[in-house]
Amino acid sequence: MRRLIPSPVLSVALLLLWILLMQSVSAGTLVLGAALALFWPAVTARLRPAPVRMRKPFVMARLFCRVVLEMLRSNAQVAWAILTQRSSDIRSGFVLIPLELRDPNGLAVLAMIVTLTPGTAWAQLSADHRVLLLHVLAIQSEAELIALIKQRYERPLKEIFE
Amino acid sequence: MSGWVHLWVDALTAGLVVVGALAALLGSFGLLRLKSFFQRVHAPTLGATLGTWSFTLAAAVQISFERGQLYLHTLLIAVFIALTVPITTIFLMRAAVFRGRMRGEEVPVPGADELPRG
Amino acid sequence: MSPLLSWALAFALGCLALGMMLALARMILGPRAEDRVLAFDCLYLNVMLVILALGLNYRSSSYFEAALLIALFGFVGSTAMSKFLLRGEIIE
Repeated sequence: MRRLIPSPVLSVALLLLWILLMQSVSAGTLVLGAALALFWPAVTARLRPAPVRMRKPFVMARLFCRVVLEMLRSNAQVAWAILTQRSSDIRSGFVLIPLELRDPNGLAVLAMIVTLTPGTAWAQLSADHRVLLLHVLAIQSEAELIALIKQRYERPLKEIFE
Repeated sequence: MSGWVHLWVDALTAGLVVVGALAALLGSFGLLRLKSFFQRVHAPTLGATLGTWSFTLAAAVQISFERGQLYLHTLLIAVFIALTVPITTIFLMRAAVFRGRMRGEEVPVPGADELPRG
Repeated sequence: MSPLLSWALAFALGCLALGMMLALARMILGPRAEDRVLAFDCLYLNVMLVILALGLNYRSSSYFEAALLIALFGFVGSTAMSKFLLRGEIIE
């Protein structure tokens, strides 16, 4: 079983993707999709750095809701800043954030969340994966921002992936 | 009865489309207006999140309602965008940080003992 | 289609066309290569949204397929260019 389906999450996602792309749930689609879902993760297993182990679906759902809310809020903030403030008045800059998350998959998810949220962009991760360089459009308080990112995103991701 | 429902669905679609278009316009406007590259990087994310999700949701709602069956195909676009835009942005940020350091701008280095890499 | 929706779509197309022009202006102004790649990415995104709006206007799902493809091509293009900026001309 382990050898046949190395990463069940990826297989399910691929099957769903195939059904959505084909826009049908006929037998042919399902057979082709299942073949794809079995074949592709096995072929690309070597490309993935570490096996994905996700737990705690409740924490995942809560993180997802929080990300959606946060995205809406920061969309409004950035739109307001673009419309009303002069570029030189916006206090933007780099912030160094110490990280405790070690799992590469968790770090990848953190990178996507942080970059997709308008107002923050992932710039560079130190070679030892301990410090993150983040660019922030409007800094109010550096310590507050670090605490927010650690508490909002890093802690749930640690629970899910580690 | 169905006329009213149709009107409400149309209104919802119209609202989503207008919000999405305004978000995309603001993103492009910020791209032109902000002064430095690192500020500008944040602007197009507006269109990539709010803009794309509004448009794809509008299309999914409208087409599902008209065909009388669930149509989620367009949401796939939003998922693809959500997966791919961060990758491009992170690559661009890395390139900008690297080139900025080469040019002698002050960009902090995470982890002072890091070896210089490309 | 109700007039409300067609007006909303016309408004959206106008906004997106204006957005494309702004992104194009940033692409021409530069000043650095990074800015141009970013503007290119933004332009691609706006084009994709225009195609989605057209698909809603004409009620044709072929437009949605085209939007999906445009999104993927834009990703490949801008990632390749960012990668080139990272490696291509400074160290190799």
